[in-house]
Amino acid sequence: MKRILATLASVAALGLSAFPAGAQNYPERAISIVVPFSAGGPTDTVTRLIAEPMAKSLGAEIVVQNVTGAGGTVAAGQVAKAEPDGYTILMHHIGMSTAPTLYKNLPYKPLEDFAAIGLVTEVPMTIIGRKDLAPATLQELIDYVKTNKDKVTYANAGIGAASHLCGMLFMEAVGTQVTTVPYKGTGPALTDLVGGQVDFMCDQTTNTTGQIKSGQVKAYAVTTGERLASLPDLPTTKEGGLDMQVSVWHALYAPAGTPEDVVKKLSTALQSALKDQKVIDRFAELGTTPVAQDRATPAAHTEMLASQIKLWKPIIEAAGVAAQ
Amino acid sequence: MDLIANLGVGFEIALTPVNILYCFVGVLLGTLVGVLPGIGPTGTVAILLPITFTFEPVTALIMLAGIYYGAQYGGSTSAILINLPGESSSAITAIDGHQMARQGRAGPALATAALGSFFAGSVATLLLAIAAPPLARVALKFGSAEYFSLIVLGLIASVALAHGSIIKALGMIVLGLLLGTVGQDLYSGQPRFTFGFFELYSGINFVSVAVGVFGVAEILRNLEDEKTRTLLVKKVENLWLTKDDFRRSVNPVLRGTALGSLLGVLPGGGHVLAAFASYSLEKKISRNEAEFGRGAIEGVAAPESANNAAAQTSFIPLLTLGIPAHPVMALMIGAFIIHGITPGPNVMTDEPALFWGLIVSMWIGNLLLVLLNLPLIGLWVKLLTIPYRVLFPAIIAFACIGTYSIGLNAFDIYAIAVLGLIGYVLVKLDCEPAPLLLGFVLGPLLEEHLRRAMIISRGDPMTFLERPISAGLLAFAALAIVLSLLPAIRKRREEVFSEED
Repeated sequence: MKRILATLASVAALGLSAFPAGAQNYPERAISIVVPFSAGGPTDTVTRLIAEPMAKSLGAEIVVQNVTGAGGTVAAGQVAKAEPDGYTILMHHIGMSTAPTLYKNLPYKPLEDFAAIGLVTEVPMTIIGRKDLAPATLQELIDYVKTNKDKVTYANAGIGAASHLCGMLFMEAVGTQVTTVPYKGTGPALTDLVGGQVDFMCDQTTNTTGQIKSGQVKAYAVTTGERLASLPDLPTTKEGGLDMQVSVWHALYAPAGTPEDVVKKLSTALQSALKDQKVIDRFAELGTTPVAQDRATPAAHTEMLASQIKLWKPIIEAAGVAAQ
Repeated sequence: MDLIANLGVGFEIALTPVNILYCFVGVLLGTLVGVLPGIGPTGTVAILLPITFTFEPVTALIMLAGIYYGAQYGGSTSAILINLPGESSSAITAIDGHQMARQGRAGPALATAALGSFFAGSVATLLLAIAAPPLARVALKFGSAEYFSLIVLGLIASVALAHGSIIKALGMIVLGLLLGTVGQDLYSGQPRFTFGFFELYSGINFVSVAVGVFGVAEILRNLEDEKTRTLLVKKVENLWLTKDDFRRSVNPVLRGTALGSLLGVLPGGGHVLAAFASYSLEKKISRNEAEFGRGAIEGVAAPESANNAAAQTSFIPLLTLGIPAHPVMALMIGAFIIHGITPGPNVMTDEPALFWGLIVSMWIGNLLLVLLNLPLIGLWVKLLTIPYRVLFPAIIAFACIGTYSIGLNAFDIYAIAVLGLIGYVLVKLDCEPAPLLLGFVLGPLLEEHLRRAMIISRGDPMTFLERPISAGLLAFAALAIVLSLLPAIRKRREEVFSEED
């Protein structure tokens, strides 16, 4: 198994071992960003948007590679074992912090096998219901869920998906468990919600804004501290009297052992990319914003990752879901 | 009248030189990746997506859509010529199409596929223009219970797919089902049959299965003995359809178009069913039933029309609801968003030029495809005369490159090798790969929808009978069983089976 991964990693790095890793001259050739999900998805889109300005400020080409499989853990496993020279780095999302609890024999340790480069973005989530669901406000939805807990169904996009995590958090905050209906991805889940086959779900604005604006689903709340510019009429969970906040964050990582100044160069390039007007505009279209500069740093993100792992562990364990 | 005005707007947009050019680039690329085994439209669209960021939105979408339906044309070419389907839909075309190629009738097979696809594409595009919103509303009525019943009907009808022993066919379906269960269970998260390999959590890649059991197995069989080498066709009878071919293709094309157009609208895998279903239907009602599996032109005309019609109508849920029916559609949603357009029902009203321009471009793209493909038939057929020591390694190399490019997961290539050996053993045992692929594609869908319907109904199986669409589909399935048990029909079928060894 290890040999397969090692072969893969060396293929991904395009025979880089022939060159000594010199941090002063870094980067001397193309850098690969490995995306753990298929092309065209939200994570891939975020990566491709920041890759261009990052390449410009680093003065090297950046190649985006989509390595898919096993909820993003195949890609993370590959990068963990890649040459730690800064030429193979990983973009990952909230799944980086949930995988250690979801997958018992994960072939890598998120905190030990990676050097964080920095946080990239946080995509807000929305609690939405089928358009003929009775409750009109979040408070009514909570009461409705409590009184009809044997009838209500919650849709999610599969084990470990953002919608799965948000649902677990919601049920914990409300103090009631309802029937969860898993789907293979957000697309089919949203289809069944629009078609009225299931009652409610919680997913990223990237996926739900269109359906909310066109009135195909009923929106109850956004899961951030502040209201969103793209959906100004939608109250926050706090305004609706629910103590829960969650967003789908994305961050960049290098393999552990990458020279510190290389990580710093990558982190600086990330920070400058996040100031790029084109990135800010495109992120806004996706319903998100680049994170503040001081959060796009190795130290800040390492701390965040550690606290996220701690946050999700009891919630996932309490819900009794684990991939193994 | 609105329709004519709208189509006028569409033609104005689609006929600008830039849009015609990119429509052509799209369908050309689509044809090429369709012909190359392994690499498919999903990978191509993903790779080209960033390039389209700089285009006008409508131009970008015209090109990306062109790649998608262009690949449906190209996919049939490799299925017919070298028995290597690139997408689930062209697996069915390989059954009779490749037999025709072996008999030196690759030309008529390719011509039927191209003409049938063009007709189906045109009709389905018109349907998209006229009836997209109401069709989308019907598609939304399909919950998991309905999909389950639809797949049951499909599976029962498709026992017709086999043309040898019925026991072997059932065995192959079950083997396919078992291969399909590999991976992480959607509902509990438990890994099944992964044998400790993390790479198997997301299941076995469809392309690996298709390339392995169809392509590699076929090549191994060909290497056995020079005399039985059937991939290479020395004798090519004619490139064009005879009068008889035309006569026999017309009705299957019409039925395939109708079935494909309807099933394509369903967001949950309708396009997969379309080709399977239309082939089964033709085999059931054909007067030449015995010829199916041995080079019946109906067996090419019907599924090719169905898969192309479904490729067009699968844009209906995307354009009217913003819901993707296929991974390529998911990428198209990404393209919409990147261009600042929120996909959904508002596209039609807010961006009429884009909506109608895209629809009209699909018809133009289909026209370009038929113009592109008909003259190419001679060239493709010549491809078969390449010496095997060049052709076979090239096929395997391209298949591996294509498969690897999907997810950069080397495991998919090991899977090709293993499945190729399994496929070879099965060929030696006279087992058909088509029912295996059917089980592999539909089995997991069947399980997914059965369990989801039961979760939603809280364990009450009556949900399948209480919901009218589901009950209707199950009634049809029951009818199919009863009909096949009736003595007259059974006798006829036994004759059919006994004719074949």
